[in-house]
Amino acid sequence: MSSVMIDTGNYIAAKAAVMCKPEVVAAYPITPQTTLVEGIAKYLATGEYKGDYICVESEHSVMATLIGASSTGVRTFTGTSSHGLLLMHEMLHWAALARLPIVMCNINRVVGPGWNIWADENDSISQRDTGWIQFYCSSNQEIFDTVIQSFKIAEHKNVQLPVMINFNAFILSHTSMPVYVPDQKDVDAFLPKYKPIWKLDVDNPITFGNIILPAEYEKIRKDMQDSQENAKKIIVEISNEFKKKFGRYHGDLIEYYKCDDAKYILLSMGAIGAESKVSIDNLRKEGIKIGLARVRCFRPFPQEEIVKLGKKADLIVIDRNISVGMEGALFSEVKASLYNKSDAKTYGFIAGLGGKDVTFGDIEKMCKKVINGKAKPVEWFGLEGV
Amino acid sequence: MVKQNLLNGLVLRGCKFLAIKDLPRQECYIPGSAACPGCPATMALRIVFKAFGKNTMMIVPACCTAVIESLHPYTSFDIPVMNIAFEAAAAGASGVEAGLRMQGKTDTTVVAWAGDGGTYDIGIQALSGALERGTNFIYICYNNEIYSNTGIQRSGATPFAAWTTTTVSGKTEFKKEMGEIVMAHHIPYSAQACVAYPEDLFNKLVKAKNIKGPKYIEIMAPCPPGWRFPMEKTVEMGEMAVETGAWALYEVEDGKVTFNGKSKLILEEKIQRKPVEDWIKYQGRFSHLFKPVKDVKRIKMIEEHIDQKWERYRSCYLK
Repeated sequence: MSSVMIDTGNYIAAKAAVMCKPEVVAAYPITPQTTLVEGIAKYLATGEYKGDYICVESEHSVMATLIGASSTGVRTFTGTSSHGLLLMHEMLHWAALARLPIVMCNINRVVGPGWNIWADENDSISQRDTGWIQFYCSSNQEIFDTVIQSFKIAEHKNVQLPVMINFNAFILSHTSMPVYVPDQKDVDAFLPKYKPIWKLDVDNPITFGNIILPAEYEKIRKDMQDSQENAKKIIVEISNEFKKKFGRYHGDLIEYYKCDDAKYILLSMGAIGAESKVSIDNLRKEGIKIGLARVRCFRPFPQEEIVKLGKKADLIVIDRNISVGMEGALFSEVKASLYNKSDAKTYGFIAGLGGKDVTFGDIEKMCKKVINGKAKPVEWFGLEGV
Repeated sequence: MVKQNLLNGLVLRGCKFLAIKDLPRQECYIPGSAACPGCPATMALRIVFKAFGKNTMMIVPACCTAVIESLHPYTSFDIPVMNIAFEAAAAGASGVEAGLRMQGKTDTTVVAWAGDGGTYDIGIQALSGALERGTNFIYICYNNEIYSNTGIQRSGATPFAAWTTTTVSGKTEFKKEMGEIVMAHHIPYSAQACVAYPEDLFNKLVKAKNIKGPKYIEIMAPCPPGWRFPMEKTVEMGEMAVETGAWALYEVEDGKVTFNGKSKLILEEKIQRKPVEDWIKYQGRFSHLFKPVKDVKRIKMIEEHIDQKWERYRSCYLK
């Protein structure tokens, strides 16, 4: 028997994390992540969370602490946002290179200056090369389910990489929605206790992370890349296993919506991805054959799936981020995937930076501009005064 | 060394180990080290492992020891070691301690082993955090008063007037008092030791191992290539650091400060500390104070600074 819980994305993430029974949580507060770690503290107080909860003195130490804990062979979890994630940067690389299956929620928030706490994906996009698997969620139910799936993906023996679950500040982190919460025993059955491949062990003393020469180091990088490739398959498998067990499916690497007969396919991530479904329905009412491919997993990037889309439709990409000096990050990845494999026309929009609202009406306007042949290859949507 | 032991025997009366011959035979510091000859860190590591035994895990940030451990896939440490980023030793140790505790392995000694750069400077935040949180671990700083692994740059522990590659005509600031910064955290146990006094170091390590909560031990570690002295003089340089009062041996148990060995005698003014000049004149890092002409002013500033430090010690810690 599952129950329904109505709560914000942060509290839902806290509930999911606690149900995964991490032995160690380390956290440092940052708006808008605070209610997530407060949620875990509340579960600690009520006894529902039985692990250790370490309030460290910075996000850098959060990740260093989880690296230490995970190295002893226990399950670990944290949440952060924006500047917190950026302060962790060094240790994000470390966690991935150390092949530690740490799971973390990141609430996508603007990077300063100036100070701004609203939704923007530049924080996590700027961590894309750290080796972490990256999910972008579009609803509180998806946050809940992805947290549970993520531990299983991270700890899979053919993956062994940390996972970052991203969701937009306030739009999800502070918005209450009903969420189905499964029974603990069903979560336990889906996600058994973590069995590490290696750990710090006084009965088997090894030195981990000491000096390594170029030829050996290169192999470590290659193995990470292979594991990200493996993850493409394993994420599909685990998403389907989850569907079978719990009856819910949010897509695997990509969530497709009305793509079968589409001449245009819109690609977006996170909350814009959810909003886009309304736009697709409205545009279809006008007779426009358009679908949505919501990119759920940004690392590993679903290149093969993007090529399939590019073979049947022109692609419209909306990015809530900008790789300054180039273009939106998703747009770049989409084009790189298509190169030499598809003749699809591609259009990129930058929208919603700094937490600006992107409504279904806005998304319809962007799509229509492309359909009416008026869109430039790259556009900033709704930039005031331009 | 034997002669020194007899001397120490007087002031270490009552302690279990009076002489170096009494230390455990077990070695977890095994052949294959990549240390320089005369390296004080390796001398201290031997004692550390003898005191803690095999049920120990060590967290090592960027420092000379990250090299000393030797090259993958080999190691010269016969205990599990986790290397971690420069500023993260204490935080990494917090995680290791928590992970072990959650598995019921509370008998394992968790040790963070960092240099003075990783302790006084880049790692001070994580250290302060772990001490404040009451993490049950031992943080050891081996202090060679420089960033030695990167090639002798100044640190917050480098003494006034010392040459480093980033203080070419001598450091213009005095070092900070890390021991007293740690004291301000009011942890159950902290101590200052010196690699030249292995029995004193051993006793402090054993004491720390048997106390619950955060422990901090700092080991004065004269570095032959960093300080520019012959590699066979490490012990003498350590002894002179204590005898001149440039370094003090003490321990702090639940706020009670006790000076040890010759430092106790200096504190109580039972012996005069030796002039610092007798120590620094043998170190190439201070050679610019002696030639081409003697820099009387700066040598006097060093002496006065040490005097002021001992005056403060006496006013604060002499009962």
